[in-house]
Amino acid sequence: MTTTQNTTTATTPAQATPSPRRPLTLPTTAARPTAVAGGALTVVSAFLAWTWTAAFPGDLTVYGYPGGLQWLVLVSGALLTLFSLSSYGIKGLTWLTPQGADAAMRLAAYAGLATAWFTMIAISVQLGGFANLEPGAYVALVATLIGWLGTRSLPYERPETTPADPEDSAFGRFKHTLGNHWSVYKGAFATSPARPAKKLPSYAEILIVVVVLALGLVVFTYGITTEYDELFIGFLITAGFGFGAIGKAGLIQRVSTLTARHRNVTLAGAFAAAAAFPFTQSDDQYATIGVNILIFATVALGLNIVVGLAGLLDLGYVAFLGVGAYAAALVSGSPTSPFGIHLPFWQAILVGAVASMIFGVLIGAPTLRLRGDYLAIVTLGFGEIFRIGVLNLDGTSGPDVTNGSNGISSIPNLNLFGFDFGATHSIAGFTIGRFANYFFLMLLVTLIVVVVFRRSAESRIGRAWVAIREDETAAEAMGINGFRTKLIAFALGATLAGLAGAVQAHVTYTVTPEQYQFAHAVPPNSAFLLAAVVLGGMGTISGPLVGGALLFLIPAKLQFMSDYQLFAFGLALVLLMRFRPEGLIANRRQQLEFHEKEEAPATLTKAGA
Amino acid sequence: MTALLEVEDLRVAYGKIEAVKGISFKVEEGEVVTLIGTNGAGKTTTLRTLSGLIKPLAGQIKFNGKSLRRVPAHQVVSLGLAHSPEGRHIFPRMTIEDNLRLGAFLRKDSDGINKDIQRAYDLFPILGERRKQAAGTLSGGEQQMLAMGRALMSQPKLLMLDEPSMGLSPIMMQKIMATITELREQGTTILLVEQNAQAALSLANHAHVMEIGSIVLSGTGQDLLHDDSVRKAYLGED
Repeated sequence: MTTTQNTTTATTPAQATPSPRRPLTLPTTAARPTAVAGGALTVVSAFLAWTWTAAFPGDLTVYGYPGGLQWLVLVSGALLTLFSLSSYGIKGLTWLTPQGADAAMRLAAYAGLATAWFTMIAISVQLGGFANLEPGAYVALVATLIGWLGTRSLPYERPETTPADPEDSAFGRFKHTLGNHWSVYKGAFATSPARPAKKLPSYAEILIVVVVLALGLVVFTYGITTEYDELFIGFLITAGFGFGAIGKAGLIQRVSTLTARHRNVTLAGAFAAAAAFPFTQSDDQYATIGVNILIFATVALGLNIVVGLAGLLDLGYVAFLGVGAYAAALVSGSPTSPFGIHLPFWQAILVGAVASMIFGVLIGAPTLRLRGDYLAIVTLGFGEIFRIGVLNLDGTSGPDVTNGSNGISSIPNLNLFGFDFGATHSIAGFTIGRFANYFFLMLLVTLIVVVVFRRSAESRIGRAWVAIREDETAAEAMGINGFRTKLIAFALGATLAGLAGAVQAHVTYTVTPEQYQFAHAVPPNSAFLLAAVVLGGMGTISGPLVGGALLFLIPAKLQFMSDYQLFAFGLALVLLMRFRPEGLIANRRQQLEFHEKEEAPATLTKAGA
Repeated sequence: MTALLEVEDLRVAYGKIEAVKGISFKVEEGEVVTLIGTNGAGKTTTLRTLSGLIKPLAGQIKFNGKSLRRVPAHQVVSLGLAHSPEGRHIFPRMTIEDNLRLGAFLRKDSDGINKDIQRAYDLFPILGERRKQAAGTLSGGEQQMLAMGRALMSQPKLLMLDEPSMGLSPIMMQKIMATITELREQGTTILLVEQNAQAALSLANHAHVMEIGSIVLSGTGQDLLHDDSVRKAYLGED
C-alpha cells in the first residue's frame, strides 16, 4: 500500500525503499479507523456544551442537546462517519458511495473541521478569548482534527509529476512546483467510475426523488431562516463541503439520473416542496426573502433562454423586468399612476408581459444584427436608456408618465377571487402572511417560466437556438433564419421577465428607476442576473434557480459585508470561472467543452429539472 | 435543357477589393464540376455567394431556373442547394446525430429523416459508431465526413463542397475523395472547390481553373489533368 503513495518509487524498483510518510499522516492501516473515530467523536461533541454563556447566539451551553452551529458540526460528523463506515463495505451502507468513499470522506472531514474551528474562533472573538470555551469545545476541535488526520492518511494514487525545468526562470520554476503540488492535491480527490446502480422498481425511484426533495426543502429552509451571521456562514461552509462530499461520493449523479428519468414527478415534487416552504414558517419574516428569491431566480431563468440557449450576451436584461413592473404598476390603480385605471390582475400581468415583449422586439430588431461583444455593449446601453428614460418621464424633463425618481408608489395589494393578498390568512392552522401570499403567486409564475423554458428548449426553435449559439454561419447554411430565431429568443426572454415584473411591482408596493440598474448592491440587477445564470449553469433549468437563490441569499444574510459585496462577488466569479467554468449545475454539453483536456469530470449532472 | 446552376458574369467584392471579377460557369444535373486554383483565387467567395452568405456586386445566378441573387442564406437551402462550408463548421458540442438532424432542419418528414441518417451512417460507418459522441471530439477527417453527411441531410439538388480535403492526412483525403466518387455514382450533383487539383480533376466531369478572381481555363476534368500549363502550375511538375 505504501508504494502506491509515490509513483516514482513504484516505477523504479532499484530505489524501492519504502517512501517516507508525508508529514502529519498516520500509517495507512490506521487511517480508516481514525476517520470513523473522528467522525463519531465529532457527533458526540455536538451534544456537549461549547461555551459557558448564552451570549453567543444559538445557546451552545447545554449538555445533551445540540444548538445552533452545533447542528452543523453534528451533520458534518455524521457524514464523515457514514462515508467511513461505507468505505468498509458494511452491508446497507455501500449505496452511499457509488464512486468510492475516500474523496467524500476527505471533504466531509473538511466540513467538520472548518465548521468547528470557525465556530470556536467566532465564539472567542465575540466573547473575548479562548477562556470562554468549555471543555466540550476542545473535544469538538480535537474530534474534527482526528477525523481530518484519518482522512489525510488515506492512501491515494499520486499523479506523476515532472520536475521543473532548471533552465526556466525562478518564477517559472515556482509556478511549475506550485502546479505539481496542486495536481497532487487534486489527485487526492479523484473518484472511481460509479458502480452500476441497482435496478429499483419505479415507485421506489420516485420515493427516493421525493425524499431528496424533502431533504432539499429542509436544507433550504434551514439556510433561509438562519438568524445570525455566524450561523449562516457556518451553514455555507458545511453545505459547501457537504455537497462536495455527496457529489464526490456519486450520490448527486445517482439522483440526477433518477430525476432525469422521472422529470414530471421531479418538477411537481420540487414545486410542492417549494410551496411547502411558507408552512414551515410561523411568521412572514422569511417569506419576504422567499418571494424575492423566486422573483430573482425566475428572471434569471428567463435570461437563461437568451444567454444559455441562444448564446446572446444580454447585459441589459433587468430593463425587461422593469418594463413589466412599470406597465403593471401603471394599470394597478396606484394613486400616483397618471392613467388612474385599475385592471384586474390577470390583465395587468398580461399588460406587463406584452409591454416587455414589445420592448424586447423593439430593442432586439436593431441590435440582434450585431454579434458577440457588440451585442453585449449595445444591450448594456439600452438597459441604461430604459432607466434614464423612466427617470426623465417625470413631467418636467418629459411627459409625465412614470413620476421620475419617485416612481410609482402605493401599488394596491392584489385581490384574486376574493382572496386578499395584503391580509394574513390562516390556512389549516398555519399563518400565511402577505409575503407568503405573493410567494404562492410567484411560484405559479415560476412554474410557467420553467414549463416554457423546458418546452421551448426541446422544440425545433430550441434546437435552432443551440445551433445559432454553436456556429451562426453553419446554422444559416442549415436553413435556420438566424435573425428571426434570435429575435424570438430575445422576445420570449423579455416576456418572461415581464411576467415576473408584474408580480414584483405588487410585492414591493413601489417601482422606482433605481431598482433596475446594471450593477447595484441589491439583486436583481443585470450583472447579478447574468452571474446567477453563469454561476448556476448555462442552459439548465435548476442552474439559474440555484444560482439565483445563492446570489440573493448571501447578500441578504451577510449585511455586514455590504460595503465589500461587489468586490467579493467579483472575486467569487473569477474563482468560479477558473475552477468550474460550467457552473454549479453543469449542462452535459458544456462539461464536454470545458473539460476536454482533463480527465472525464467526476460528476456529470444532467440538464433539466 | 437548361443547366441546374448557371452563373453568369458574377462579380463579388469585399469593400473595394474585388475578389471575383466576372466569372461564368454551369453545372449540369448529375455531374461533378470543380473549381481549382491557388489561395485567394476567389473559389470560396464564389461558393459563399452562391449560398447567399455574401451579396454579389453584379451578375446572374440561376439555380433550377430561379434567380438566387436576392435569396437570403437560410432560404437557399430550401431551394435545394446545400453548402458544406470551408473549415467544416460542424456544431462541436452537439452529438453527431444532432448535427445530422440539424442538417434536415427544414424537413418535416421524420421517417425520411431517419432513413437519411441511416444512409449517412452507411456512407460513413465511423459516424454511426459514434452517433452519441460530441462532434468536437472527432478527428479532422471525421468532422469533414460529418459536414458532408450533414449537408446531404437536406436532400440537396446540388451539393457544394468547399475544400473537403483541407488539413487532412493523405489517407483521410483519399477516403473523402472516394466518398465523393461514390456520391457521384449515386447521381448527386456536386460543385467541388479544391486546392488539391490532382484529386479534384480526376473525378470531375468539368473543371475550371481560377486565378485572382477570374476563370482562366476550362475543360473536362481529364483534359485539364493532362494540360501542360495546369500540370506546371498546380500539379508541381516541370
